[in-house]
Amino acid sequence: MTILPHVDSAAGEAALDRELKGLIADVLGLAPSQAEAFGPDSGLFGHLPELDSMAVAGLLTEMEDRLGIVIEDDDVDGEMLETYGALLAFAKSKLDPR
Amino acid sequence: MIFTWNNPASAPGFSGEEPCVGFDRGRAARVLVLPAWFDEANKLRRFTLEVMRRLDVAGIDSLLPDLPGCNESLVPLADQTLDSWRVAAAAAAEALGATHVLAIRAGALVAPQGLPGWHYAAQSGPKLLRAMIRARTIAAREAGKFETYEGLVALGRAEGLTLSGWHLGAAIVGALEAAEPALGPAQSDIPQTALGGPGLWLRAEPDDDAGQADRLAAVIAQNLAESVR
Repeated sequence: MTILPHVDSAAGEAALDRELKGLIADVLGLAPSQAEAFGPDSGLFGHLPELDSMAVAGLLTEMEDRLGIVIEDDDVDGEMLETYGALLAFAKSKLDPR
Repeated sequence: MIFTWNNPASAPGFSGEEPCVGFDRGRAARVLVLPAWFDEANKLRRFTLEVMRRLDVAGIDSLLPDLPGCNESLVPLADQTLDSWRVAAAAAAEALGATHVLAIRAGALVAPQGLPGWHYAAQSGPKLLRAMIRARTIAAREAGKFETYEGLVALGRAEGLTLSGWHLGAAIVGALEAAEPALGPAQSDIPQTALGGPGLWLRAEPDDDAGQADRLAAVIAQNLAESVR
């Protein structure tokens, strides 16, 4: 498990960005370069054919494992999964709830 | 390569004869393979067989029995418990003359403690349950229903639960909530990091990876070679 406690620093944010892209690539079997190219507005759920509900479940479970966070049922909505930027912001808020 | 083994236990849920896939050439080292479970079993099916093929080439027999309620087994999955699978795994080891065990993911939860061997990327019961229940709550939400993790666990404990198409009985849901893999005295962990690449159970679609299968088989072959030296 990788724990990234200081997401308020630029280095911490870059590490979280890298971790999250790597995780999406691992779960969806994407080429690392395809995940690398994700920007804030890149579409996820509903845009990537690989990302169905089983894959979403795997993605969230893997996020919990690798980021050391707990994701509640109520946290999961279409918005949080719609774009890469929204998922990154969600991960950041879970790691640093201030 | 496909044959049956006799599960002699008389407890409910046992059919007696269960299928087995194996590379059985009567060699000295015979590895009982306990596969991943449920959805992960589908994702790792090819990988598991690829590892067995490589063990065969390395001069090692491997035996992959169906546990009661899984794959071609004729008894209902809903009747199975962690204990019935532990008993069945031990009975399979005995019936097939296994000298070692390779437990994959949740397979580690029922690995016979007395056999030397390996746990590959062992999975805990709570994590397995959480991932499967989460898939169900997300699918329910897409269908306009609202189910919660807590609600489903409570239902599962009381009546059993259908998760990703597998009907699990109340006993196994309750047992999975507290099940952690434990290494036997002559068993060791092979973590995913030893295989260099992401675990294939993560993939949304079943996939294979020849390099990872090479490395897992090589770790086992090397361990076996060292143990007879």
